[in-house]
Amino acid sequence: MSVPATVDPAHRVPERPVRPRMVGRDDGLVLVGSAASGMSLVWVVYERLLPLSGPVGFWLLSYVAFLAIYRSVVRSTHGALAARDRVMAVVVTSGALGLAAPLTLIILFVFSKGIGALVKPAFFTQTLAKVGPLSPEDQGGAQHAIVGTLEQLGLTVAVSAPLGVATAVFLNEVGGRLARPVRTIVDAMSGVPSIVAGLFVYSLLIRTLGWSFSGFAASLALAMLMLPSVTRTTEEVLRLVPGGLRESALALGAPEWRATLQVVLPTVRAGVVTAVILGMARAVGETAPLIMTSFNSSVMNWNPFSGPQSSLPIYVYRLVGNSDPGQVRRAWAGALALIVLVLGLFTMARWVGGAPQRRERRRQRRQAPAPAPASAAAAPASTSAAAAPAPTVDLTRTDHPGGPQ
Amino acid sequence: MTFRTLDRADTVPGSRSAPAPPRASASLEAQSVSAWFGSHKVLERVSLTMSAGGVTALIGPSGCGKSTFIRILNRMHELVPGAMLAGRVLLDGDDVYGDQVQATDTRRRIGMVFQKPNPFPTMTIRDNVLAGLKLTGQATSGRDALVEQSLQRAGLWNEVRNRLDSPGGALSGGQQQRLCIARALAVGPEVLLMDEPCSALDPTSTRRIEETIGEIARDVTVVIVTHNMQQAQRVSDQCAFFLAAEDEPGRIVEAGATAQIFDAPTDPRTADYVHGRFG
Amino acid sequence: MAATDFDVPVGLSGDDIPLSVAVNRSPADRRFRLAARASGASTLVVMGLVAVFLAKGAWPALRIAGARFFTRTEWNPDAANGSFGIAAIVWWTVMIALIALLLAVPLAVASALFINEYAPRRLRRALTALVDLLAAIPSLIYGLWGRAFAGDALAGVARWLSRNAGFVPMFDVRGDAYDSSTFVAGVIVALMVLPIATSVMREVFAQTPVAEKEGALALGATRWGMVRAVVLPFGRGGIIGGSMLALGRALGETIAIALIISPKYVVDARVLERGSNSVGALIALKFGEAGSTGLSALLALGLALFAITLVVNFAASFVVARSRSGAGVEA
Repeated sequence: MSVPATVDPAHRVPERPVRPRMVGRDDGLVLVGSAASGMSLVWVVYERLLPLSGPVGFWLLSYVAFLAIYRSVVRSTHGALAARDRVMAVVVTSGALGLAAPLTLIILFVFSKGIGALVKPAFFTQTLAKVGPLSPEDQGGAQHAIVGTLEQLGLTVAVSAPLGVATAVFLNEVGGRLARPVRTIVDAMSGVPSIVAGLFVYSLLIRTLGWSFSGFAASLALAMLMLPSVTRTTEEVLRLVPGGLRESALALGAPEWRATLQVVLPTVRAGVVTAVILGMARAVGETAPLIMTSFNSSVMNWNPFSGPQSSLPIYVYRLVGNSDPGQVRRAWAGALALIVLVLGLFTMARWVGGAPQRRERRRQRRQAPAPAPASAAAAPASTSAAAAPAPTVDLTRTDHPGGPQ
Repeated sequence: MTFRTLDRADTVPGSRSAPAPPRASASLEAQSVSAWFGSHKVLERVSLTMSAGGVTALIGPSGCGKSTFIRILNRMHELVPGAMLAGRVLLDGDDVYGDQVQATDTRRRIGMVFQKPNPFPTMTIRDNVLAGLKLTGQATSGRDALVEQSLQRAGLWNEVRNRLDSPGGALSGGQQQRLCIARALAVGPEVLLMDEPCSALDPTSTRRIEETIGEIARDVTVVIVTHNMQQAQRVSDQCAFFLAAEDEPGRIVEAGATAQIFDAPTDPRTADYVHGRFG
Repeated sequence: MAATDFDVPVGLSGDDIPLSVAVNRSPADRRFRLAARASGASTLVVMGLVAVFLAKGAWPALRIAGARFFTRTEWNPDAANGSFGIAAIVWWTVMIALIALLLAVPLAVASALFINEYAPRRLRRALTALVDLLAAIPSLIYGLWGRAFAGDALAGVARWLSRNAGFVPMFDVRGDAYDSSTFVAGVIVALMVLPIATSVMREVFAQTPVAEKEGALALGATRWGMVRAVVLPFGRGGIIGGSMLALGRALGETIAIALIISPKYVVDARVLERGSNSVGALIALKFGEAGSTGLSALLALGLALFAITLVVNFAASFVVARSRSGAGVEA
């Protein structure tokens, strides 16, 4: 048993910390080699020997051949178990690429199609009122649709945010026998297709009560789609508020409503705001319910409470099928504007949602210069959880299907 | 259990993995091992030989790097993001961090039992015991015999023999920990690392586990981290005392035969610690 | 905070009966609770109204069509002796959703695993945010892309499939038109639901106990072995929940499909051939041109869609609640 109880100076050679790796150095080489040989093999067999053709089959078979070759190479050097592990790593990674690639493509595609007409000032300053098939490209725009979108979005939030938060307060703070059915129905509501919400508003307000098509009718349909996600996310952050906080407020003699509105809700403000902004991001691009609620209009309608009103999604939807290429270009510009809007809202939500953590990080930096990771760092999740002070959830998640579809 | 059917293909002949246990125990030697989490150094040139077939206890106050050290021995350390290390760990003379060595092989040869029992809750007791074999693609002929043998060695057989098909999560804490020991033993490790295996258990369960350690030590090298001085004295042949001064990485202050560490320590800090004067 | 009623313990003398703790709320508090309760009840009322008013609007059409509403395939509600039914429409709606799920679920599982278990740690947060962002991209955009770009590429795939595997009834195509098909719509809807499903699954996978993962790795498991033995079994609820959520969305999808397909009203298995249908898309396409019976018939379609999605939703909650990780998911 050799123990340098005191470090002997001759032993003090400089140490070279290394990060042990699961993957060997030549692994990348094997990967590339397998891909190349897989493709060559398929090229020979597929293009030359078999009566098949077409790029689809080529790539498909190349991929399969690549996996097979890769598997056998790794198997011969590292054994069957490692081979399966590596092959599955490749499969999982390709699966993720299968998600990322088309979606990146979509955004790039819309960008390239839409940027031309979007940068023209007319897009923001003119409507389609005077646009004909022969109108030049720098005439006609989406001002009326932008106005409609903003007004409808504002009304949607005005309806769904208070109601959603109040429902969440009911579920989490008040409760009672009604809570269970309400929770179930909120869940069910989150699954309602957007077109159904549109039809419902149409059937109730327009067909039965005799309203005209209007931006407000669209807002009500959108609010119905946004409500469950606001409710659920708010409920979730409320659940993370430590019970001690409520009790300490009540113990001071505060009435329940004060404890809730002035103590509990403020601690989850960031969470609620994030939930609302995300709900907006999903509502803003919703098209289907607009067809039967706000209808569409090519002229400016400032009043969201009366008469058909345009908005970006319906503007795009109606124009893209047009035979006039100028209109189609304007449609793509609208689509790009929509993406930018969603992106902006999303970024804002992330920023607001991250605010409490940022504050906390600043505070920690001021107080303790170097928090030492103890041996407990073995459970990496626990350290970050312990550091988070206020209840924070990742609100940008999407499993609240409340979002419009 | 999908898990079973899907991994059956691994049991083809020619699989590189060695067949079932028990194997002879192996010696384990750490040579000036240092460890970092990011830029924070937690272990300073720890050297220690854990001889074959012995029980080595690692003692010392919390946060002195014992758990990190034990996780370095079977390459669990590198699972922590930002984990770095220097030095060598020799298993029967071969560096487990060598270029040609796969971490999975090392972990199969050096088993581990964690602080909190972590059986696979959805698997049955039987499947839990066999889990390691399936995960490492070893031949599993004579499953029933192996299940019985492993549970026997872990001292759990009599309690569960009639309910091998009930889920592992339904056992008591102490039973779960022994199930984890059985699970680790079933793959036939040469070394078994135990990271405070009794800290979450009641005294009775603790005693059962200590008995188990005494029995398995005949054919497996055991390394155990413990905060319990009596336990260290009861189960171990040799002891290493870890200590980390304020803002410094952990080191071994003293190591040697258990009797010597407890009865005649050379370092005053060791004496203070084993007699409960700090820590 | 509710008042607690104690049962009177047996064997206590009369003086020892515990009193229930009565809560005497102030009027302000009572108003507060009432307002909260009313908000909660409003969701119940709204959902009730949805059913009532869809049914009310659909009634005239349902009376004309009778039980044949469920068996007819054609859709001519505004014709003189109009005959119409949802058989073909629902059939193609389900086909589109199935194709979408078939493609999206494996990709979503792979993507979720990639983000949690395979991607470098530094990328994890960014990738998670990216997936959530993609889930917020409007379906309109997917539809536009499918119509203007992907449709052609997918038609090429369809042509290849039908030429080389046309003996499979599903891949059979009469004529040479491969665009605007069920297949194309299914692929686009798959892309659309992919981020949502991935997000749900990723979140559930991320809750896998670290201790169990380490337990598997400490036995010598490879990463895939660990995923297989621990993460996937634990995440089963998430996989089911995410898939059901995706299914619900795919069934209810409207605009993306409306932009891609051209309606057809026959029931067959030719998914690669031009023409398809979907409840939502048909409502969107026919709404502007429908007469009074037509509108009523569209409302009947909406009612059917409402019913279908409710069933899917409840089935999902039921299944998910029964799985181990179920507590964490809401389908």
